[in-house]
Amino acid sequence: MDKTPVGQVARVALYLILIITAFAFILPVYVMVVNSLKPLDEIRNGNLMALPIDWTIEPWLMAWSKSQIGVQATGLKPYFINSFLLVIPSVILSTLIGAMNGYILTQFTFRFANTLFAAMLFSVFIPFQIVLIPMAKTLGFLGLAGTVKGLIFVNTVYGIGFTTLFFRNYYAAFPNELVRSARMDGAGFFGVLHRILLPNSAPIIVVTVIWQFTNIWNEFLFGASFSDYTSFPLTVALNNLVSASTGVKEYNVHFAGAFIAAIPTLVVYLVSGKYFVRGLMAGSVKG
Amino acid sequence: MASLDLVHIQKSFGPVHILHDVSIALKDGEFLVLVGPSGCGKSTLMNIIAGLEAPTGGALKLDDQDITQVAPAARDISMVFQSYALYPNMTVAQNIQFPLEMRKVDKSTRAERVKGVAKLLQIEHLLDRKPRQLSGGQRQRVAIGRALAREPKLYLFDEPLSNLDAQLRLDMRTEIKKLHQRLKSTIVYVTHDQIEAMTLATRIAVMKGGVVQQLGTPHEVYNRPANTFVAGFMGSPRMNLARAQVVDAAGEIALAFQAGNGDKIVLPLAKQFAYLRPYLGQEVIAGIRPETINLPNASLAQKGLQRTFSAKIEVTEPTGAETLALLNFGGHEFTATLDPDIALSVGRETQFTVDITKLVCFDVKSETLIA
Repeated sequence: MDKTPVGQVARVALYLILIITAFAFILPVYVMVVNSLKPLDEIRNGNLMALPIDWTIEPWLMAWSKSQIGVQATGLKPYFINSFLLVIPSVILSTLIGAMNGYILTQFTFRFANTLFAAMLFSVFIPFQIVLIPMAKTLGFLGLAGTVKGLIFVNTVYGIGFTTLFFRNYYAAFPNELVRSARMDGAGFFGVLHRILLPNSAPIIVVTVIWQFTNIWNEFLFGASFSDYTSFPLTVALNNLVSASTGVKEYNVHFAGAFIAAIPTLVVYLVSGKYFVRGLMAGSVKG
Repeated sequence: MASLDLVHIQKSFGPVHILHDVSIALKDGEFLVLVGPSGCGKSTLMNIIAGLEAPTGGALKLDDQDITQVAPAARDISMVFQSYALYPNMTVAQNIQFPLEMRKVDKSTRAERVKGVAKLLQIEHLLDRKPRQLSGGQRQRVAIGRALAREPKLYLFDEPLSNLDAQLRLDMRTEIKKLHQRLKSTIVYVTHDQIEAMTLATRIAVMKGGVVQQLGTPHEVYNRPANTFVAGFMGSPRMNLARAQVVDAAGEIALAFQAGNGDKIVLPLAKQFAYLRPYLGQEVIAGIRPETINLPNASLAQKGLQRTFSAKIEVTEPTGAETLALLNFGGHEFTATLDPDIALSVGRETQFTVDITKLVCFDVKSETLIA
């Protein structure tokens, strides 16, 4: 530590800047939380920044189970469940397929392996909007239109590009001799994947799961396009809650709803955030 | 344990030929060392034996059964990799029994084998550790243990000692040799270290450019190198190679070395060099091992096969056990390994003796041994 007067001034300045930026980042969250705990009157008459005078959790209960979103006044609850039913299989499937692709692309030499990888990489850059119509056709053909299964299919397929990229780069740095050794020891195609590669892939699995979870949880366009009122994911339901055109705008309920929608991704980051940073670095540098 | 036959093995990647027609027949219990500089194809050959790469031509037979098309796992061959390839997610015990587990060997047999192997390699106290908690030498033992547990017909070792420090390398080398003597197993061992090859092998295959240059016992390879490459590769310091003319000196075959000043230094040979007679008047490449050159006062009995010559000492390199001296022999640079206790004066013309029993000659054009 720098103990000179100049060094101490610099340190104070540094902390000041850090505090200000931290404050700027936390401010929206503060506004959301504070206003979700106020009665609507306080928001309308008062200051958005002020703490509630009359603390209440009623907006949260409203958003969760009472507000009118679909035909019935069910709140966000059924859609929250929809989102989980959609996210969990999509994340698992796309991660496993990504791991398998990465395994095949790195451990087997075949013609056009790099071309194939480039094509898969290309899919990462395709905007959602471009695939809307072909995907609608495909879902109709498969009989999955308007169902949670259909959304699982869409999100899995769209995620494969990313997950393949992650696993391909991770396995490219994976010691080749381990795989060769396992093959000689008698492990088959899935034996190698299941016993050798996946147990040694914790960092990249964490990265992929966080990435896929966040993306699919927050995904709106596919949800809005390919689902009906029984299979809406949470993002669509939240949109419907906030942009309902009738009645009074219940800002406190909207804030609470938005926060509910953000909780799962927040939890995922808090639990595994340190692995995320570590995992992003893994594969780029050896060690 | 088994015999292994490599029959006209070839390997090419497109137009690049890695292996040209390699044929080696290995009897049960032999220890074959494939040795050569990097890129000579020795690792490719080993991968072909393991089944990790397919040959472009030729056949492989293990115990007279054709295994060319058999999958690596079904070959009954186990391999010790250069990096040991221990599975980091498994304990030592799990590592050793992994190949057995994959072969659906029942639990009690597995436990028994792990115990037996651990005892043999003295790693019993390490069985519950993960590979990252082991030292290099311990990892090496575990890797060998995993290969042993399967009790395969053939063992492959791919440069297993190259990641160890110098002292440990010597210890493990002895251990591997002991292990071979105890198990009487058939082993193919790849290395680029010619000393490892000499010490371990019952037979050595010296490779270069995808061609087996010489296949023979360590004694043959060292004393009768098939060509100048083998002569230079095996042995440290390298064999001295110099051009000389075959001449007749009073009825006896002799080698005449051209000196820098135009003079000829004549080294008369003995009767057993009569095979050089067809080369009379022509040039050959003479090969003289550094250890056959000595000082005349060294207490060696004169056996009639010692020849004296004079050379200037350019540099001396004492290693402790011996002193390497770089000699200027009429413009040719010769290395000699000399007694370290004798004072040598650098820069002075000195008398040396050479024991010609081990002198070999190579054809100038083909660079192959004249015999």
